[in-house]
Order: sequence, then structure tokens, then C-alpha cells
Amino acid sequence: MPGFGASAGVTESSKSAFHLWQGFSIGAVIIGALVVFLMLWAVVRYRRKGDRIPEQHQYHLPLEVIYTVVPILIVFGLFAATLVVENKATANPKTDVVVNVNAFQWGWQFLYPGTNALVYGQTTESPIMEIPVNTNVHINLTSTDVIHGFYVRAFNFSRYALPGVVNQFTIRAQSTGTYFGQCTQLCGLYHSLMFFRVKVVTASQYATWLATFNNPTDIANAAAALKTTNAELASGVASKTSYTKFGR
Amino acid sequence: MTDVLHPPVHVEHHDGAHEEHHGPTGILNWLTSTDHKVIGLSYTVTSVIMLVIGGLFAEIIRGQLASPNGSLVSLAQYNELFTMHGSVMIYLFAGPFAFGALANIMVPIQIGAPDMAFPRLNALSYWLYLTGSITMLSGFFTAGGAANFGWVGYAPLSNSLNTPGAGADLWIGGLLLTGFSAIFTGVNLVATIFYLRAPGMTMFRMPIFTWNMLVTAILILLAFPVLTAGLVMLYADRHFGTHIFSVAGGGVPVLWQHIFWFWGHPEVYILALPFFGMVTEVIAVFSRKPVFGYKGMIFATLTIAALSLGVWAHHMFTTGVVLLPFFSIMSLLIAVPTGIKMFNWIGTMWRGQVWFSTSMLMALGFLFTFLIGGLTGIYLASPPLDFFTHDTYFVVAHFHSVVMALVLGAMAGLYYWGPKISGYLLNERIGKAQFWFLFIGTQVFTFPLYILGLQGMPRRMAVYPNDPQWKTLNDISTLGAVLIGISTIIFVINVVVSWKKYPAGDNPWDAQTLEWFTTSPPPHHNFYRLPQIRSERPTWDHNHPDYRSLHHGEHEGVHEVEGTHV
Repeated sequence: MPGFGASAGVTESSKSAFHLWQGFSIGAVIIGALVVFLMLWAVVRYRRKGDRIPEQHQYHLPLEVIYTVVPILIVFGLFAATLVVENKATANPKTDVVVNVNAFQWGWQFLYPGTNALVYGQTTESPIMEIPVNTNVHINLTSTDVIHGFYVRAFNFSRYALPGVVNQFTIRAQSTGTYFGQCTQLCGLYHSLMFFRVKVVTASQYATWLATFNNPTDIANAAAALKTTNAELASGVASKTSYTKFGR
Repeated sequence: MTDVLHPPVHVEHHDGAHEEHHGPTGILNWLTSTDHKVIGLSYTVTSVIMLVIGGLFAEIIRGQLASPNGSLVSLAQYNELFTMHGSVMIYLFAGPFAFGALANIMVPIQIGAPDMAFPRLNALSYWLYLTGSITMLSGFFTAGGAANFGWVGYAPLSNSLNTPGAGADLWIGGLLLTGFSAIFTGVNLVATIFYLRAPGMTMFRMPIFTWNMLVTAILILLAFPVLTAGLVMLYADRHFGTHIFSVAGGGVPVLWQHIFWFWGHPEVYILALPFFGMVTEVIAVFSRKPVFGYKGMIFATLTIAALSLGVWAHHMFTTGVVLLPFFSIMSLLIAVPTGIKMFNWIGTMWRGQVWFSTSMLMALGFLFTFLIGGLTGIYLASPPLDFFTHDTYFVVAHFHSVVMALVLGAMAGLYYWGPKISGYLLNERIGKAQFWFLFIGTQVFTFPLYILGLQGMPRRMAVYPNDPQWKTLNDISTLGAVLIGISTIIFVINVVVSWKKYPAGDNPWDAQTLEWFTTSPPPHHNFYRLPQIRSERPTWDHNHPDYRSLHHGEHEGVHEVEGTHV
């Protein structure tokens, strides 16, 4: 079945969203083709051929009822399919890994509670959020200044990072790889450059990666960095230049 | 065709007294006039200038995006340009052109009224609109530049901390002024339509355009005060130390989005309904048939208006805080009355005599472009699909299909009603050239953007990752924008070339509604006399007494009478 421009993505919910996309697209193509055909037929078949005045038909109640009722039925079908997929996409199942994602002008901070891992970087440094494959990863998303958009195309998903609100959702990536992410909500001057990556790795690679944060020097560095970054994030829109030097 | 075959029944005897009514002439007339036609013409000229200004911004934006690391403008200038492009097009062109220009001129004439109900309020509306437009655009001349937070002005990006400049305040001020202008025009239209209809002009004999303007005016009265209140709150947050939209003081940033979109989604239909009305009239006249399903069309319009007040949160699905199925089903349901309209338009052409005038071509271009915009809109009503298209170029492509359809509709209206206002026709050959550039340009411009969005390109990006496919798609889109720009130049050439060249006569299109019964241009108080009004097509009934509208199953007795034409 054609993808109609979209792709299946790498998570469970990205695939069901993609199938919903295909369903909507088939409907759109059929209805669109029907309407275009009727339009073309009308303008070609009934193009002006002379000065004869055509019959002045104005009402055809049975026909009008049909093209009211049939679209209503189609709409309820689309709505039912939407509900099924939406409930899946927004479900919050039991999770094993939690990542606190903090968006700011103009970068990202990924904090792994219960571990020493902390990743941050601004604009084109593209900080990398590392997560294990085939695992429910719970994301707590928030912003420290203006509204940002957490968007990963391979997940067929985006969610606003809102100041003062923690948005929660669960990702279950099904194949390893590095995926491109970007801020989608206009957030000021460097909005176009607010990139990040999501790196999906195996469980053992993930454990190894977490362990790299565990030697005493790194712990001390991370604690100091966390203190500095959080202080800066809390201060509002103060200069974020210091982030550059902490970039991984 | 303009021969009067039957003595008019309802005659207003003024014997040219109105011609002597004219006081000052020239610029003084323009400055002091309360005539709805003069004010409407001022609106027309001002809003078309805004269309050109907004179009120039668009061409610069497309120029910047022609390469991934475009250096035509800086990041800061780019943010100002797309903010002002959207603001100018939506606040200063589309709305004022629809209800300030065409409705202002046509609604009183379509219902046989001498003027709007409140002529001086009408003049105030125009002057508020003009000063509001100048106020908003003057942001470019301030030190910090014009507003740069997008035409939606989301808090907290739009607060004084993140956007300290005066350009943002001028944007708020300009929008407040044009907002009041819209509210006053809404009051005026409702009062005019309810109280100044000619004898015999019942509600269900009003032309579809007037009906749509009534519904639009009611939507304006319901929606615009909410925006006004929101703007005052935003201004208070910026300058008076309130914390309505800032977390720091216990406020809620998302509240701005609720307020903005509670206005913003009805606004979509405030912009669209007038153009639906224009296109309906054009299709009926150039098919030489009555509007198919006239009453169903009106009920579809009312349904769209009612639903439009309950769908605002579909702009906010990805905020995660209003993910209610209610907003999804309401948004999907709007497809139903819109579909009814689409089928009614096709039904109007069916078994007609479709005359491919420039106006009709523009209306057909509207049908196709709006179909694309409508179908892609259905996806966005479904939250799981909205999640991955929101704030990408897919959304940009969707609403540009819709608004470019409205531009085609506006052109259909200008070619159709222009002769009534000016007394002169535009050149049809040049008009058709304009149509093809505009129509093809629109499709070339929007189609690559749909693909770009699905490939993950977010909107409002001054620079984008260096992907050869993204560059190609952006280049094709830029080419489309250039074609649209050329079509605008052709339009200007047409106006210059046709200036007072082709006299139109009273009824050049063998049209149906009341405005075509009077002279072109109409006299000071619009009518010397009125025909009998016994259906929604008084002029047609007068010119073709043997061709009344038929219900399903009915047939006309006489066929072979020679019809009238140009």
C-alpha cells in the first residue's frame, strides 16, 4: 500500500499513526477523484454552446439528502479510527526508563533520573538523547522559557514543551539507529537551528552508556554542570552562552 | 438586454435628485464621504495594496528558502517577514477585502437598500482600518524591527522579556484598531440586512453572498471581542506588570492560545464565507442557472458557523492539555456542510451553459484549490495525524491551498463585480492569462510544501538542513511563488490597459440578483427604481419571466426562446 508521502517510522505508535494516515489518504483520494471528475464533467459536458437558456433546476431533495448523510457516515468512520489510534499514541503504559526533557532557548537538556546521566547542548551541537530499543521510555517534557516543540519525524510524533507544564508521553522504539529531531514551535531568533538527535541502542549498549557517567570525576562534573544549567534555566532568558562549553 | 420590457412595479421617484446630492468632489469627497460605495472603494484599493505588500514579503521569504543557507535576509529579519506576511494577509487583506470592500459595496445594493444602516460608523470603520494598517506596518521603522513572534503571537514569546521592541506593541495596537473596524462593520452589516431590505426582499430571497455576509458578520460579533480582550491582556502583561500569560506570576501561557484560537478558528470562516458567497454567485450566473440547493446552501453556511465556534482546540492538540475527542469530531464534522457546498456548486453547473469568462475560470480555480485545502484539512482534525504534521510545512501547504483558493475567489469577485462598481469591464484575454499564471502558480507553490512537511521540515525556518531533496522541493515552491507574483503584475497591467475602455452596461453577464438591475456604477442612493422581488433572482425574473426556478421533477414548458447575452 502506498505511503502517500508519509513513512511508517520506528515506534509502535508511529506505525499505527502511519496506517491511519494511509486510511485517511485512500478516502481522500477516492472522494477527491470523484469530485474532480464531477467538476470536469460539468464544465466539459455543459460548456456554453449557444444562447439557449437551460432548464432552471434548483432543487433535488433526494440527491441533497444523499450527499449530506453519506459524508456524515464517513466522518464517523474516520472519527472511530482516530479514537483507536489516539488512545494508543497517548497511552502511558508501565515504563522502565524515564527521561526528563527540558527545552530552552535554544537547546535541549536530557536528564535521566536515578542515574548520573545528563546531556545538554544548544543549537547545532545537536545533543543526543540515548534510549534503549524495545523498551517503554517515559518522557517528561517541559520548557524553561518559551514554548518549544519536541518533534522526531521517525516517531511520527510531536508535543509542545510548555513552560509551567510537564507533558508526559511514552515512546517504544522498535529499531536501533540515530534519528533527527528538531524544535517545531517558533521560539525566537535561533529557532531554525534548535536540533537534537535520538539514538536508539540495544539494552547492553544503553547500560554501558549510562555507566560512562559513573566515574567520580564525571559525577562531580555532571553535578556542577546540572547546578549551573539549572540555575541559568531558572533565571529566565539570561545569556545561554555557557551551554557551549558543556556540550557533549 | 437592458431594455425594460415590463413597467417596474415599485418605483422610487427621485428624478435624478440624487445626482445633485454630491457635495465635495475629488479628495475632499473621499475624505468626508459616508457613501458605502466610496468607502467600499477605499477599502478595495487599500486592501489590494496590502495584498501586494504581503505578497512582496512572501516573495522575499521564498527567495530566502531557495537555498538551505539562504543569505537574502538575516534570521531576525526572516522572523519579522513571515510574521508580517501572515499578519498583513489575514488581518489587513483577506478580512477587510471581503467585508470592508465587496460586502460594503454589494450587500446594500443586493437587498435594495440606499446605503448601510450606519453610514458614519461605516466611515469610522474604514479610517480605523487604515490607521490600524499603518500602525502595524510602521513596526518596520522602529529600532527593534517589526513584530517577530509569528502572526499568532504565542505567549510567552510575545511578552516584554522575549520581545521587548516597540514593533510588537505596534502590532498589538494595529490589530486592536483593525479589530474594532471589523466589529463596527459587523454591526453595520447585521443592522443593514435586518432592517433595510427592499419590499419583497424576504430573508429567503436574499442572494447567497448577502446571506454569507450576514453569517460572517454574526461570527465577527461573537469572535472579535474575544481577540480584543486577549490583546488588552497581552499588552497589560507587557507593560502594566500583570502576569496573565506568564508562569512566573502564576499565569498560564496556554490561555493565550485558547483566547487566540477561540477567535482564530471562527476567523478562518470569517475569511472564507464571503468568498464562498462570491463564488456561488459567479458560478450560478456563468452557468445561467439558479444556485442549486439554495436553501441547503444557507443551512450549510449556518452549520459551518455554528461548528466553527467549537473547534478552536484543534490548533492545540500538540499542547497535550486539551486532547479531547470533542474537538476532533467537531472539526471533522465541518467537512460535511463544506462538502454540501461543493456538491451544490457542481449541481449549479450541471446541465447549465458554462461560460468560461475570466470570473468563472477564477471560480473554477477556487473549486479545485479549495478541494485540495479541504481534503488536507480533514487529516489535521485527527489528533494522531496532527501530531506529526503540526508545525510542519504540511500545515503551511494546507492553509495556503485554502487562502490561495480565497485569492482566486477574490479575483472572481473583482472580475464579476468590478464592472458594476466602475462601469467598465476588464480585458478578458489578459484576465485569462492572469488566471493561468495564478492557478498553475498556486499548485506549483503548494504541492512541494505538502511533501516537505511529510518529510519533516518544520515551518518558520530561515535556514534548513542541507538535504538536496529539500532544496529541490523548496525551489519548485519558489518557482510557484514567482508565477503567482507574475499573475499579480498581469492584473495590474489589465487594470491599466482596460482603464475606462470597455463600457459595461447595467448587466453585462445576464446576471440574476438585484445589483444588476441598477446602473453601473449605481447612482448615489443605488436605485432609481426596483423590479418586483418575487424570488432570490429579481433581475433574472424581470429579464426572463418565462424561466422560473424548478423543483425536482418539474419541467419548463417553453424552451426555444432566444436568451439574452452580451
